[in-house]
Amino acid sequence: MDVKMWTYLIVGLSFALYIGIAIWSRAGSTKEFYVAGGGVSPLANGMATAADWMSAASFISMAGIISFAGYDGAVYLMGWTGGYVLLALLLAPYLRKFGKFTVPDFIGDRYYSNTARTVAVFCALIVSFTYVAGQMRGVGVVFSRFLELSIEMGVVIGMIIVLFYAVLGGMKGITYTQVAQYCVLIFAYMVPAIFISLALTGNAIPQLGFGDKLSDGSGMYLLDKLDGLNQELGFAAYTDGSKSMIDVFAITFALMVGTAGLPHVIVRFFTVPKVKDARQSAGYALLFIAILYTTAPAVAAFARTNMINTVSNKEYSTMPEWFKKWEQTKLIKFEDKNGDGKIQYVKDKAVNELTIDNDIMVLANPEIAGLPNWVIALVAAGGLAAALSTAAGLLLVISSSISHDLLKKQLRPNISEKGELLAARLSAAGAVVIAGYFGINPPDFVAAVVALAFGLAAASFFPAIIMGIFYKRMNMQGAVSGMVVGIALMIFYMLKFKFGIFDGGKEALDGLKSSWWFGISPEGFGTIAMLANFIVSIIVSSLTPPPPAHVQQIVEDIRIPRGAGEAHAH
Amino acid sequence: MSNKNLKDYWKRNLLYLVVLLSIWFLCSYGAGIIWKDSLDNVKFGGFKLGFWFAQQGSIYIFCILIFVYVWLMNKLDKEYDVHED
Repeated sequence: MDVKMWTYLIVGLSFALYIGIAIWSRAGSTKEFYVAGGGVSPLANGMATAADWMSAASFISMAGIISFAGYDGAVYLMGWTGGYVLLALLLAPYLRKFGKFTVPDFIGDRYYSNTARTVAVFCALIVSFTYVAGQMRGVGVVFSRFLELSIEMGVVIGMIIVLFYAVLGGMKGITYTQVAQYCVLIFAYMVPAIFISLALTGNAIPQLGFGDKLSDGSGMYLLDKLDGLNQELGFAAYTDGSKSMIDVFAITFALMVGTAGLPHVIVRFFTVPKVKDARQSAGYALLFIAILYTTAPAVAAFARTNMINTVSNKEYSTMPEWFKKWEQTKLIKFEDKNGDGKIQYVKDKAVNELTIDNDIMVLANPEIAGLPNWVIALVAAGGLAAALSTAAGLLLVISSSISHDLLKKQLRPNISEKGELLAARLSAAGAVVIAGYFGINPPDFVAAVVALAFGLAAASFFPAIIMGIFYKRMNMQGAVSGMVVGIALMIFYMLKFKFGIFDGGKEALDGLKSSWWFGISPEGFGTIAMLANFIVSIIVSSLTPPPPAHVQQIVEDIRIPRGAGEAHAH
Repeated sequence: MSNKNLKDYWKRNLLYLVVLLSIWFLCSYGAGIIWKDSLDNVKFGGFKLGFWFAQQGSIYIFCILIFVYVWLMNKLDKEYDVHED
């Protein structure tokens, strides 16, 4: 069978599985819709959290980014896993004890004010919408590359699938489809990685093959060889970076704290029955994530070695079939600047003749390594699973923010259970349509804005939640002013240094690099904005009255596990 | 349970957090970033040590930290009789 047939078959089977699960796990109450009834086992929740968390970016783009960035890629590896330690130790158990359904629920109750709740809803909506647009785009891209459909068609198919199980099943449907999606995506990621590791180093475990000797008889270690190849072509050695230490530090920190503050991740810990389960579930989640995240840097190094060996200084006419195929999609571009018919791939932009998109390293990896067709099809199904599972988790945050935090808690407190459930379904449907629109017509800032999502979560939610648990004296005035200052500062910095809005547009960006505050890039600025939030909150709260006694009692109460009970609405 | 006991429970919890988060910080920001260059002089297998911490080791340690925390807290909950059911 050819690649296309295999892809239809495997993608079709995986979609049938998701729809079957959706029909089996329909939600009958708001509690089922928001938190899957609070009865998910820690292991299943860990798997669902891992799928929820690992997006199209983790699956498709990350290994490619590391492949080009070398050591610097560690900011994503550590940043997107270290946040789970914060989540497990500082947030998940306490939020689970608190119960309730959403992150704005906690902010609104802990800071006894609808202003705080509304600020939290606003942050949750911005973070989730920016993130979900990127996922729908990812779905469209996978469809267009593997099944030769248009991107628009791909996005529409993705929308229908997500619509079906998110609207029907709410959190319950999403949880169990995510468990299935985790299995699909991890299998799809590991199979090519193991094949390639075997081919290059003779070691079946990519994490070990990464540090092993090449099996080409040279007796050289893979990483030494790669350092040498990189340097020959004028790049920094693979195991050294080119970013400044303070920037690596700041980006890693912003990603960790942002991870811990993302509402669609936090809300997953409301779905388990006990505080104990919340802690354990965070451990399982990280374990499942770590399988992919420790494989990704190995894939990155293998792919770069393969790629340089295949193209560098070789005749263009001798390039293999995959090269031509990916050239058509414009993910590989070759321009014979010196007219010698050979491919010069070097750091110097004036001489370099080859541009390669990050995404190729995972999408084309099986072809580059000459793996069988079914493996290539598996990668397509895995990419779709990663994008769909994250999109569904985000849509649930959007819909519960609207139906629960805005409608039920503020505008129409007397709404019936049935009415609220209907509102939740309608807002999920509305959110899918808007996300699909952005997937088809992506504003050119989508990629940039996904980085903003982490900065925003770091600058707004993280401090407010942490102090809500660990600092009893923190009051409404402090938390609200901290969140507002944190978000405003983050948005200002992104507009100035990521979009160049105040200095005449994107052309000005390179010149502005020298005026970065403390030498920190916009991606890492969430760290500074978070610190600003903490400082403003503490100063303002010390100048204003302490929170009322019943709120201090809430804080006492969430600190001990006993009596967590089920997640409840009131 | 008396307030004194609750305070002790909370203090022990905070102590665990400080110890575990210090390890979290040392292996990622310390070994993976701040001391990366000097650790790179040490090699095991094909890995330079600092690079390994940044791209592999810190992730393994993160996993271990969470499970150690789970184990410590389950024990502590029982000791202070605040565990569920």
